[in-house]
Amino acid sequence: MMLFKLSLKNIKKSFKDYTIYFFTLILGVAIFYVFNAIDSQTILLDVTRDTRELIKLMINMLSGVSVFVSFILGFLIIYASRFLMKRRNKEFGIYLTLGMSKRKISMILFFETFFIGLLSLIVGLLVGVLISQFMSLLVANMFEADLTEFTFTFSNSACIKTLIYFGIMYLLVMIFNTINVSKCKLIDLLHGSKRSEQVKLKNPIFCTLLFMVGAGMLGYAYYLVTIGFEELSNASDIFLPIILGTLSTFLLFWSLSGLLLILVTHMKKFYYKALNSFTLRQISSKINTTVFSMSIICLMLFITICVLSSALSIKNSMTANLKTLVPMDVQFMKTRYLREEQVEGSTRYDPNMIADSNISLRETLTFLDFDIETNLRDIVELDIYDIGLTLQDTLGSYYEEVYKKFPFMTYDTEEYFIKLSDYNRMARLFGLEEYTLKDDEYIIVADYKELAVIRNEALKRNVPIVIKNEKYYPKYEKCKDGFLFMNSTHSNSGFFILPDKALNEERILISMMSANYKANGEVEKKQIEEHITTELENHPYSLMTTLKGSTKIKLYETSVGLGAMVTFIGLYLGIIFLISSAAILALKELSESTDNKDRFICLKRIGVDDKMLHQALFRQIGIFFLFPLLLAMIHSIFGILFCNRLLSVFGSDELLPSIIMTATFIVAIYGGYFLLTYFCSKNMIREKI
Amino acid sequence: MEPILKIDKIEKYYGSRSSLTKAIDNLSFSVEKGEFVAIMGASGSGKTTLLNCISTIDRVTSGHIYVGGEDITKLKGSSLNRFRREELGFIFQDFNLLDTLTAYENIALALSIQNVKVKEIDARIKKAAEELDIKNVLNKYPYQMSGGQKQRVASARAIITNPKLVLADEPTGALDSKSAKMLLERFNHLNAALDATILMVTHDAFTASYAKRVIFIKDGKVFNEFERGDNTRKEFFDKIIDVVTLLGGDLNDAL
Repeated sequence: MMLFKLSLKNIKKSFKDYTIYFFTLILGVAIFYVFNAIDSQTILLDVTRDTRELIKLMINMLSGVSVFVSFILGFLIIYASRFLMKRRNKEFGIYLTLGMSKRKISMILFFETFFIGLLSLIVGLLVGVLISQFMSLLVANMFEADLTEFTFTFSNSACIKTLIYFGIMYLLVMIFNTINVSKCKLIDLLHGSKRSEQVKLKNPIFCTLLFMVGAGMLGYAYYLVTIGFEELSNASDIFLPIILGTLSTFLLFWSLSGLLLILVTHMKKFYYKALNSFTLRQISSKINTTVFSMSIICLMLFITICVLSSALSIKNSMTANLKTLVPMDVQFMKTRYLREEQVEGSTRYDPNMIADSNISLRETLTFLDFDIETNLRDIVELDIYDIGLTLQDTLGSYYEEVYKKFPFMTYDTEEYFIKLSDYNRMARLFGLEEYTLKDDEYIIVADYKELAVIRNEALKRNVPIVIKNEKYYPKYEKCKDGFLFMNSTHSNSGFFILPDKALNEERILISMMSANYKANGEVEKKQIEEHITTELENHPYSLMTTLKGSTKIKLYETSVGLGAMVTFIGLYLGIIFLISSAAILALKELSESTDNKDRFICLKRIGVDDKMLHQALFRQIGIFFLFPLLLAMIHSIFGILFCNRLLSVFGSDELLPSIIMTATFIVAIYGGYFLLTYFCSKNMIREKI
Repeated sequence: MEPILKIDKIEKYYGSRSSLTKAIDNLSFSVEKGEFVAIMGASGSGKTTLLNCISTIDRVTSGHIYVGGEDITKLKGSSLNRFRREELGFIFQDFNLLDTLTAYENIALALSIQNVKVKEIDARIKKAAEELDIKNVLNKYPYQMSGGQKQRVASARAIITNPKLVLADEPTGALDSKSAKMLLERFNHLNAALDATILMVTHDAFTASYAKRVIFIKDGKVFNEFERGDNTRKEFFDKIIDVVTLLGGDLNDAL
C-alpha cells in the first residue's frame, strides 16, 4: 500500500515533468482511435456497393498501417519513459540507500506506468472520440457523400483495439523499466548527474572538410532525384540518394555544430552581447551530443512533409483529372481477332472468346442483351489497329540510347494506330484537339509525361514509320496531349494517328465504343449504370467475350476511394511521424533541463533578469527545434519534386494547397510541441535560486 | 563619508506565527569603502540569511539595507536584477561557473549582460586576469581547471564589473588549504590595489584572519567585532580563535 501511495504522489509531484510525455500519449491514443474508428463513420454514408468495397479495402490498409504505427509509438513510449527514468535516478538511489529492494522500486514504477497509462488511455479515448466526430465530416467530404444527418459515433472495435495495442505497449514499458531497474548500480544512480561534460571544440579544418563532403553528397543526392531523375530506371537505384541523403544529413549536423560555433565565436560583437555566448554554447554542446537524434528527427520530418504533401496532392489532382480525363458516361472496349496462340495456355483468354473476337462490338452488346439505341446517345466508335510495330521500332535510332538508360522497360508491346477520321470524331466528343494530316504524316498522342519525353526525342529525329513500304513522318516534334481510354490518371503512353488510307487493310486490335447515357437526371443515369455494371457482368455471355466497360460513375468512385485511402494513410502516418519527432525533440530538451536548471540558476545568481533568461531559453529551444526542420524543409523541396515526378500520372497542378495544408499541420503539431517545451522549461527554471 | 553598506536594524523571521524562527534579530553594522570584512558564525547563526538579504536573493522582514546610499529593501523586479548585476559582485562556494563556457567567456558574461562593448570587455578581462593570476587558464573550461583556479576565475567575474561591494560566500569552502591561501592573498591584493570592498562570510578562522575586520554573529545578532589593526595575521588569527572558543559550540566543531 505504501508503494501505491508513493507512486501516486510521485505522479502528482512530477506532473509538470510528465506533461510532454502525457501529452504525447494522449495524442497517440487519440489518433490511433480516430483512424481505426473511420469504419464506424463510413457505415453511415450513403455510398454505392463499389465504394463500400473500397472503403473496406481502405480500412484493412489502415489497420495494417496501425500495426506499423503501434511499433513507432511503442518505441517512442519506451524511449520517453527511459528519459523520465533517467531524471529520477537520484530518487531511486535514495530509495535504494534507504534499503528498499529493487523489486519494490520496480513495483513503484509499475504502478506509475499503470496510472499514467490508464489516465492517458481514458483522456486519449475521450479526445479521440471528440476528434472523430469532426473526422466524420472529413470522411463524408472525401467520399463525396452526403452526410444525411449528424450522429454521434462511437466505435467499440476501435476502442477495444486501442486498449489492446496500448495495453501491450504499456506492458512492454513496464518490462523494460523492470529490467532497467534491476540492472542499475547504486553509485551510478546517486552520482549519475555529476558527469562532467566534455565540451570539445572540433577542428575547424576538419569540420569544413566534412561540411563540404556532406554538402557535396547532399547536392549529388538532390541531383540524382531531380535532374538525374531519368537515370533512375531501376527501383534499387533510389537507395543511393537515400543513403547519401541520410549520411550527409548526419555529416552536416556534425560539422555545422562545430562550424557555427567557431564562426560565431569570431563574430565578437555578436558573441559577447547579452546571453548570446551562453545560448550558443548551450546549443552547440547539445548538438554535439545529439547529432544522431537530430539527424533522425530531420529525416522523420522530411518523410512527414513528403508523405503529407504528396498524399494530399494526389487526392486533389485525381479529382481534378477526372473532369478532363473522363468525358463520357461509358466506354466499352474489346480485344479483336484473337489468335489461337494467344488463347492457348492463357489465363486471360478463354477459347470461346475467339469466336466473339471476330464479331463487332455492337454485335457483342446485342448478345449481352444490351440495347444500344434505348440506353446510349452520342455514340462514337473507334478501332485500334496493330501493324506489327513495337515501341522499339517507333523509337527508331533513338532506341539504343533509351535502352541503355532504361534497360528494364518493356519495348516489345505493340503500338496502337488509329485512323485520323476515327480520332477526330472521338476528339469532338471528348473535347480534344482535332487534327489534319498530309498523306505521309503521323501524330503521336500521349499524356504520360515520362514516356512522352522519350517519344519526343524520337519525333525530333524525324523517325519514320513504314507501312507497306510507305513511309510516314511525324507532323509535330512533340507528342500531342490526349487519350483514348477513360482513366483517372494521365496514363496514355502513346498512340499513333495516321491518314485513313494507311490503315484500311490492317488488323484491328481493339474496338471501342464511347457514349453518354440516354437519360434525364441522375436517377435514370443510375438505372442505366446499374444495368451495365450488374446485368452485363452477370450475363452468361460475359464469360465468352473480352468486352470490358468502364463508366464515369465507377471511375469517379474508384478515384475518390483511392484518393481518400491515400489521404487517410498519408495523414495517419504523417501525423504519427510528426508527433514522434516533435516528442523526441521535446523530451530530449526537457531531459537536459536538470543541467540547464543549474546553469540558469548560475545566471540568475550573477544578476541576469528573467526577461533575458526567458529570451535565451526561447532562442535555445527555438533553434533546437528549427535546425532539423530547416534541413528537412530543404530536403523536402527535392523530395516533393521527386515524388511529383514519380506520381506524375496523377498530375501535379495542385501542389500548393497541399503544401499549405502540410505546413499547417507542422505549425500546429510541431509548433505546439515547441511551445509546450518552452513553457515546461520556463517553469523549471522559474523555481527558486 | 557615506558607508558602502549600511545595515540598519534588520530582522528576518521564518515560519508561521505559531513557530517563529528569528534568523536575524535586530542586526546592524556598516562597511566602509575599501574594507575587507569577514563575517563569522556557526551554522544556524544567520550568516547565510544575512548574505542572502544583502544580495537581494531574500527579503528582510523589517529594517533597511543601504548599498551606496540606496535602500535595496525597497527595490523590486527588474531594478533588483539591475542592482544585483551592476552594484554587486558574487563569489560562491561552488564557484558558480558555467560548465559550457571557457574562463574568458564566463568572465565576459558578467560584462556582456550589461551591454559593455566588446573592446572594453577584452581590455578589462586582461586586466582582471593579471590581478588574479589566471591569464594562462583563460581559454580553459571549468572542468580543465583546479578548484583554486576556478575560484579565482569566479573572483575575476565578481570584480570585473567594478561593483560597489563584493560578496563572498564561503569562498574557500571547496578549496584545499594551499589554494585557499593563494585565493585569500589575491583578495588582499584586490582589496589593497583596486580598493575593492569585500564582504566575506565564513566559518573558518584561518580564512577570516585575512580580513581587516571580523564580525561574529550568534543567534542572528552581532556577538563581537574587532579590527586587525596593526596585528600580524598570526596575532589576528589567535584573537579570532579566542572569540571562537568563547562562542563555543558549533563553530568550534567546524574548525
